[in-house]
Amino acid sequence: MTTDIQKHETQKHEDAMSTPTLAPHQDAPTGHTAPEGRVGAGLFDPKQLVRSLPDAFRKLDPRVMVKSPVMFVVWIGSVLTTVFSLKDPGDWFGWTISAWLWLTVVFANLAEAVAEGRGKAQADTLRKAKTDTVARRLLAGGTSEERVPGTELTVGDLVVCEAGDVIPGDGDVVEGVASVDESAITGESAPVIRESGGDRSAVTGGTKVLSDRIVIKITTRPGETFIDRMISLVEGAARQKTPNEIALNILLASLTIVFLLACATLPPFANYAGTHLTMVVLVALLVCLIPTTIGALLSAIGIAGMDRLVQRNVLAMSGRAVEAAGDVSTLLLDKTGTITLGNRQAAEFVPVRGATEAEVADAAQLSSLADETPEGRSVVVLAKDRYGLRERYQGELVGAEWIAFTAQTRMSGVDVDGRKIRKGAAGSVIAWVEEQGGRIAEDADRIAGRISEAGGTPLLVAVQDGRGARILGVVHLKDVVKQGMRERFDELRRMGIKTVMITGDNPLTAKAIAEEAGVDDFLAEATPEDKMALIKREQAGGKLVAMTGDGTNDAPALAQADVGVAMNTGTSAAKEAGNMVDLDSNPTKLIEIVEIGKQLLITRGALTTFSIANDVAKYFAIIPALFAAVYPGLDKLNIMHLSSPDSAILSAVVFNALIIVALVPLSLKGVRYRPMSADRMLRRNLGIYGLGGLIAPFLGIKLIDLLISLVPGL
Amino acid sequence: MSPVLAGVLQLLALIGALALVHIPLGTYMARVYSSKKHLRVEKWIYKAIGADPDAEMTWPAYLRGVLAFSVVGVLFLYLLQRLQGILPGSMGFSSVNPAQSFNTAVSFVTNTNWQSYYGEQTMGHVVQTAGLAVQNFVSASVGIAVAVALVRGFARSRTGELGNFWSDLVRGTLRILVPIAAVAAVILVACGAIQNFSGIHEVGQFMGGSQQWNGGAVASQEAIKELGTNGGGYFNANSAHPFENPTPLTNILEIFLILVIPFSLTRTFGVMVGSVKQGYAILATMFTIWLAFVSLMMWTEFAHHGPAFQAAGGAMEGKEVRFGVGGSSIFAVSTTLTSTGAVDSFHSSFTGLGGGITLLGMMLGEIAPGGVGSGLYGMLIMAVIAVFLAGLMVGRTPEYLGKKIGAREMKLAAAYILITPALALVFTAASMALPTPPHSMLNSGAHGFSEVLYAFTSASNNNGSAFAGLNANTDWFNTMTGLAMLLGRFLPMVFVLALAGSLAGQRPVPVSAGTLRTEKPLFTGLLVGAILIITGLTYFPALALGPLAEGLA
Repeated sequence: MTTDIQKHETQKHEDAMSTPTLAPHQDAPTGHTAPEGRVGAGLFDPKQLVRSLPDAFRKLDPRVMVKSPVMFVVWIGSVLTTVFSLKDPGDWFGWTISAWLWLTVVFANLAEAVAEGRGKAQADTLRKAKTDTVARRLLAGGTSEERVPGTELTVGDLVVCEAGDVIPGDGDVVEGVASVDESAITGESAPVIRESGGDRSAVTGGTKVLSDRIVIKITTRPGETFIDRMISLVEGAARQKTPNEIALNILLASLTIVFLLACATLPPFANYAGTHLTMVVLVALLVCLIPTTIGALLSAIGIAGMDRLVQRNVLAMSGRAVEAAGDVSTLLLDKTGTITLGNRQAAEFVPVRGATEAEVADAAQLSSLADETPEGRSVVVLAKDRYGLRERYQGELVGAEWIAFTAQTRMSGVDVDGRKIRKGAAGSVIAWVEEQGGRIAEDADRIAGRISEAGGTPLLVAVQDGRGARILGVVHLKDVVKQGMRERFDELRRMGIKTVMITGDNPLTAKAIAEEAGVDDFLAEATPEDKMALIKREQAGGKLVAMTGDGTNDAPALAQADVGVAMNTGTSAAKEAGNMVDLDSNPTKLIEIVEIGKQLLITRGALTTFSIANDVAKYFAIIPALFAAVYPGLDKLNIMHLSSPDSAILSAVVFNALIIVALVPLSLKGVRYRPMSADRMLRRNLGIYGLGGLIAPFLGIKLIDLLISLVPGL
Repeated sequence: MSPVLAGVLQLLALIGALALVHIPLGTYMARVYSSKKHLRVEKWIYKAIGADPDAEMTWPAYLRGVLAFSVVGVLFLYLLQRLQGILPGSMGFSSVNPAQSFNTAVSFVTNTNWQSYYGEQTMGHVVQTAGLAVQNFVSASVGIAVAVALVRGFARSRTGELGNFWSDLVRGTLRILVPIAAVAAVILVACGAIQNFSGIHEVGQFMGGSQQWNGGAVASQEAIKELGTNGGGYFNANSAHPFENPTPLTNILEIFLILVIPFSLTRTFGVMVGSVKQGYAILATMFTIWLAFVSLMMWTEFAHHGPAFQAAGGAMEGKEVRFGVGGSSIFAVSTTLTSTGAVDSFHSSFTGLGGGITLLGMMLGEIAPGGVGSGLYGMLIMAVIAVFLAGLMVGRTPEYLGKKIGAREMKLAAAYILITPALALVFTAASMALPTPPHSMLNSGAHGFSEVLYAFTSASNNNGSAFAGLNANTDWFNTMTGLAMLLGRFLPMVFVLALAGSLAGQRPVPVSAGTLRTEKPLFTGLLVGAILIITGLTYFPALALGPLAEGLA
């Protein structure tokens, strides 16, 4: 048990040391945003459509079109119908069909352009941050410096930055401490601390030093810096098709070929039946049948998915990682900061025999006034909340001699009115009591043991007065699980995702917190090797693992994990190893990343199903229109009672084009996602997009036909 | 008893028999393909062909086995027909011409059994028994072997090995097909089917004139014709001929034989992948489509309007009185939803919509329940496609039985579903566009078009049934249906085996609450919908100009 307490003490020491350097915005309260901020939200501004029109026309270039096989077929069809209309300029039907086919292509391009446009705005902001900087490069001796343009820096150069300087490139601080304004990339205005050594040494080019002087060792070549990569990512320039997108494209291409065959083989059949099909009609039929809806929106869905991450201040280095996030079945979450609030808090005062609870509370409060650590503050707060002890200030007690908490003594206290009160780590307080010639109460050890077993941390409170030196009682420090975490883990479980808590605590403590938070499993006394082994073990079972990390020693595990989210406050090594960077450095965001990944796939699946289901209605519109003249019986298939064959074909083409525009907002926002089991999700989405896709075009085509029949002269 | 009631009772009896048999037979077949032991006779065969039955094969090796064996089969059957004129025991028939020999050789090796010849006027005892009957067994066994290889692809992990083709081929033939066919043949003989090697008899008719009756080993061929979903009749009239299918009882038995292995293989699949529920889901999908088609067929055939039909109790034209509308409808649907192609009635004479149902059954890719083996692998490919859509909709990279459906798997599945529609539509279009082929049509108008469409749909899907009417014994039809059969059989097998290899190399993903549950009714419903919509959409224009134009007139 003593070892346990000592382990706590070292840890507390570390916590205390690192506290001052925490980025101010890192302590986001629960890390989880309110429901309206959940995946699926995001505003769509119709003005974006208009703004993106020029881009949409630019994309009509066949070299661009060929990247989307389905829309390329429509493009070729539009060219064909236009050529045939030119040969027969008096044919209003041919011209109208041609116009709507071109519109279909433009609408598809528009969807992509709008998706890209959102990223462009962000890229422009980033570019502003990347103004040409002048670097103060240290010369060989290390004493004198020269001024060179930031673009001429090479890896390994040492540069100096002082208050007001813009950091010229990505690097690690090798000397000094400074506060840095990183708002250019994170959008967070509060400055963060960057210092040499440790896990907070990485600085990003384009950010600004606000105070002090640091020496930075450049780690990235100009043009490949973090900000450069961010720009190309949000612009979609570096976008590559993800594995799942490729698979879907193959399915769409194969459906396109099937329908191409169905249409190309139709003329001989029709000739035999005694009717001639014009090229315009054949192309119209083909375009209606091939999956244009999903083909038009596919790339917009992918870009928008990445964009949703960017809006949550997460940068995915590849689309592959976003997709993998949807497949994750094991989440490794660090205990501190993710599951629990960053610091332990006092939860109760336990007196030893012969002392009262109030006595302990009073002594604990007095002795904690000189303890500025969060734990120390929490003791004062508990004494006030639970025992109504008014918070006292150091100044009110005349003649008191304050003993401040230090990482070396691991103890704080006060000497006042002939009383000496001490509170601190068990080992330190016991040593102090013995030094003062006092004795250790027998039950102190037992109480401390019980607290440890329950997952808490015992702090001892001791006093020396007229009755000698003795232990008064124990403060129970507890890890406080963030609000709402249990519910989040329940949701994850319903989604089929297992959560594993990673902690440096001993197994007892870890188990208690794991039970309280409701995680599925925990890894106690975790070393980087343990983490790595756990990831490999899960992966060997076919599972995909996601984790967050910030330290250099996290780097191997971040690289091994399928989704490795590095905190922006972390080291360059961690950022290099992970495949995503969270600019807010909020580990809870991993859960949102998983949701965004799933949402991306669901949106693709839903629109594909919708697109295929749409075809049924189009057949019922077009086939009777084409053949009822030779086989009157086929008019029974005209269940929509469309007014004329021309109007039927035109309505189907118009519907096919308009549905793309109608679905642009959905493809950008993504299908609404709520955590639920696969079964319920499938039932819901099949109902909406499968059945909906079957019915919607019947209504839409009928409506368009009604409008067309109102046009005079048709 | 009314004809409708008789039909329904036959249907119920059939379903009952299948329900009883599919579990033990399916489990037995799983054991056959999983067992480590070889029978003595099997060891002799392996020694004779120089194969090591215990050597595991990767997918290319397995495919080489399938192709090599089939090429040899085609050559042998071709030569046998070309040499018939000089072979003994040929009842005096001359050699078959090259185009028809090619067509017939391909037809029997591909498990199609399309017949552009009149059996009783073309093939002697030697070709029938040593050639056609042998292929009836082994072509069926090849189909099951490929399906089993795909099942192993799902069941195995992190290995590229799919089993041994030679062992699968021999076991399928000796342990499954031969014993069941033997029992069935005895029952058929007992019910009146003929089994002899006698020659041609001249028989006087009641109305004057005379008729030729052939003898032959008919019952034994009949049993495997149905059991192996082959369909090539000894006689031109196929299962409508009283020597092949003498009574209503043998009719139901023959339908049972057609369906029993394809349905039972779903159980084999379930057992081999370690989840019988997954097998039930596939069974449910097949059964739903089959039952829906049978019901539709009975409805359209019984309900056909017109005084003559009413008097006959339904659309009796082209149907045997001893089977009635009910027995004929069940047979017609079962033979076109499997790759059998045997007929006990003339599909051309069915009502317009009824003819359309037989066409659509083949167009679905013959997967409900489909041919022996080919039905299962065809259905599993459709399941892969459906899983892909459904998997996306639950927000995960789609996976089926723990195996991820990525770009490579999708490429293979997509190629598979492209082949038969491409073959059927392109060959039909070419036939309609060229000047001479349409001369083979018996009828004009939509019905004539249906004849050609039916021929190529049947050949591409390896069904083998004919709409009747069409004169397919021309160089054009013999060659083109022959090509359609070859490509329609072996190209899909290439993709199936490649897919099996790809799946077998994967590490399975464990099941969690986020996994799409493919054993649930919801998925079965989705699968049925996907099959109907995807094939329906592909063929809708062609169907509209054929059976729909006729049926809705």
